[in-house]
Amino acid sequence: MIYLTRRAEFSAAHFYHNPQWSEEENQRVFGKCANRRGHGHNYTLEVTVAGDVDAVTGFVIDLKILKDILNHHVLDDFDHRHLNLEVPEFASLIPTTENIAVAIWQRLAPHLHPVRLHRIRLYEQPDLFVDYYGEEAQ
Amino acid sequence: MKVHLTRRYTFSASHRLYSPVLSAEANREAYGKCNNPHGHGHNYHLEVTVSGPISPETGMVCDLTVLDAVVSREVLDRFAHANLNLLQEFASEVPTTENLVCQINRILSRSPLPAHLEGVRIEETSNNSFECLAPAAGAPAVGAYPS
Repeated sequence: MIYLTRRAEFSAAHFYHNPQWSEEENQRVFGKCANRRGHGHNYTLEVTVAGDVDAVTGFVIDLKILKDILNHHVLDDFDHRHLNLEVPEFASLIPTTENIAVAIWQRLAPHLHPVRLHRIRLYEQPDLFVDYYGEEAQ
Repeated sequence: MKVHLTRRYTFSASHRLYSPVLSAEANREAYGKCNNPHGHGHNYHLEVTVSGPISPETGMVCDLTVLDAVVSREVLDRFAHANLNLLQEFASEVPTTENLVCQINRILSRSPLPAHLEGVRIEETSNNSFECLAPAAGAPAVGAYPS
């Protein structure tokens, strides 16, 4: 079993807002992140897959295929977009780093056969990142 | 839906690697330059990993300002710009980064963190890093000099 990690970057805007709360409560909990005009980050995404080395190619997965899957299912929709306004998952879900990582897992996991998605690591900033290992790891 | 969240901090401290149970020669052999008598220092990068379910209300594992406040109060205020050898925490341990990462893990395990502590990682230099998973309750101290 080998773990292979592919890194990618995307830049996106977001804000934090719980529609069930008052503006004051949103400001109190989320601070500057509640500003409705939004702000943005350069996110760094690390996608780690696990699988066996193919005896013929010596690959766990063809990196070009992994890159295409990543572009098609995540980066094309997330990069240079406003997550709250343009990515369907976040119409009713706050686009925190935690929720973005889970959404990326859910987008990628069905498409990685024969390898298995092991971890999504998402950096919002160099000093803050989240890891998600999927429902089965709970 | 459990997510791990890691926050990175930086602090600077000095230390000298010296074990009183070893001879001067054995200390030099074990620790090399790190045994030089007047000590030296590092910019340590500390990563604290906590985990928990994502709150449906906030979308977050925990409030980062609370995590920062606890780590600042319990760890950074204690170790930043300190001579580790002179601290009570290292009265009976060599202040290697192995022992430091365990100390910080124990301190944070006893602290009121806003989420479950998974572990602590420290980069002593860009080439060396040390990681310690959160200890089970009642785990014995490690690293103390042999009696």
